[in-house]
Amino acid sequence: MLNKEPSKTSSANKISKRFFAKQSVMPGQQFGAPGQGVNKLISTVTVIILFLLWVAVTETGLIKPLFLPSPSAVFNKFVVISTVGFANSTLLEHTLTSLYRIFGAFFLACLTAIPIGILMGANRVVRGIFDPPIEFYRPLPPLAYLPLVIIWFGIGETSKILLIYLAIFAPLAISARSGVRSASIEQIHAAYSMGASATQVVLRVILKSALPEIFTGMRIGIGVGWTTLVASEMIASTSGLGFMVLNAAEFLASDVVIMGIIVIGVFAFGFDLFMRYLERVFVPWKGKA
Amino acid sequence: MDELNLINVGVTFPGQRPGEQVTAIEDINLTIHGGSFVVVVGASGCGKTTLLNLMAGFISPSKGEVLLGNRKITAPGPDRGVVFQKHALLPWLNVIENVEFGLDLQGFPKDKRRKIAAKNLALVGLQEFHNHAIYQLSGGMQQRVGIARALTSDPAMLLMDEPMAALDALTRETIQELLLDVWDKTNKMIFFITHSVEEALFLATKLIVMSPRPGRITHSYDLDFQSRFLRTRDARAVKSEPDFIKMRETVLSIIYGDEKALNKAQGGLHA
Repeated sequence: MLNKEPSKTSSANKISKRFFAKQSVMPGQQFGAPGQGVNKLISTVTVIILFLLWVAVTETGLIKPLFLPSPSAVFNKFVVISTVGFANSTLLEHTLTSLYRIFGAFFLACLTAIPIGILMGANRVVRGIFDPPIEFYRPLPPLAYLPLVIIWFGIGETSKILLIYLAIFAPLAISARSGVRSASIEQIHAAYSMGASATQVVLRVILKSALPEIFTGMRIGIGVGWTTLVASEMIASTSGLGFMVLNAAEFLASDVVIMGIIVIGVFAFGFDLFMRYLERVFVPWKGKA
Repeated sequence: MDELNLINVGVTFPGQRPGEQVTAIEDINLTIHGGSFVVVVGASGCGKTTLLNLMAGFISPSKGEVLLGNRKITAPGPDRGVVFQKHALLPWLNVIENVEFGLDLQGFPKDKRRKIAAKNLALVGLQEFHNHAIYQLSGGMQQRVGIARALTSDPAMLLMDEPMAALDALTRETIQELLLDVWDKTNKMIFFITHSVEEALFLATKLIVMSPRPGRITHSYDLDFQSRFLRTRDARAVKSEPDFIKMRETVLSIIYGDEKALNKAQGGLHA
């Protein structure tokens, strides 16, 4: 009787039991470990169901094309814009323009935010200087300071890249700064005891230890960069994916809007996968030390 | 050969309340001769690690001075190799790159530093593991890499802060013997902290007992159990000899007395 489950359990208890898998486990799994197991199949099914739902509600005419165009309409637009173009540019040109802005901004952010973040973590003077401005502008919505950027830097490429750059800079600098703390004091002491100079400790111990967090910061940063793309292409643009979506919205061309969103999503997700691959190559020790 | 001297050394640091001063160690006079193996034991909080940090140059004394040879120690340097309780190796480097890291920092050419690192890895029995990742090694092997790394700059002395505390009992005994062999072959002077009295007696040529509040040296013994082991290679026999056991009980009762007094002073539950 002792090893028998109590028969009367509340329904909440039953649900939480099912949900958190308090049940006997498969070989190789650990009892009670939260969230274990593979979810790839379930995720694939989710995507397929969402897509089928989209097909169903549009093909049956349940939702009008103005609100949600059918997948085939979106695909047609994809073909048309790829060949004929939209607002005087083909899809490839729109995409390349946006990629240039995003990765230009990302590259500049990496070049500046990583050293500044590391120095903020390693030096109290640098931290004292950069902490207030970064912490102040970081939570501001880019659309709020967009007018100022235009007034100061005009309506050219500079303003567009600057807006995305600012969005990427803050999370990246903050990650690099907190990554400085990844090096244990013993590792730093050991390096000094082997004759390292302060510069060598920063470059060869602290920076290296911070790499996992820097990679996380780069992934968060580029994600924020994509979300700022549309805002930046509000500035007197004639091409770009963000411009394309905004422009199409004015004509209520929701098929172009959805197509643009999907292209942005595919590139953003693809780059994230690439970053995860780089992370595995460059920081194979992550989480193992 | 160089010797290390602590002359009237005291360390105080600010306490939690403003204006409060906590004395970590006081009136420490200690000479470590070249080639000797000095082990320090004592109740927790007696300032063992403070003493090691002084020698390493991680902290500075508030009073007195710390001299290696006739140079005052003010900062860490390659003349004092440190082995930590947790390995403190660099996980992005493989085993041999970790061992040669110090020489790399000092600008040695690759073939030269490889040779020295390989020699030191052989000394700790890891000649087969040059290209392993640090996180693939067991705790005992990681500590052996740590010892090889500390030796690579050919330091005047080794400072070891409870390097075996995190190891299981069996590995611990193996590494004790290995360490005695390394000491015997390299003739380095070693300063070693441990909580295990048995380990201390087995390794030390000179055993120091410290008492807390404030931390000071209360007892010092010259021992030869390590040379008995190096002669007979029978650790268990050395550790069961009557004078070993008697010594162990003597030292244990000193430390135990200190712990008891400490608990009483703190009004602790275990007093």
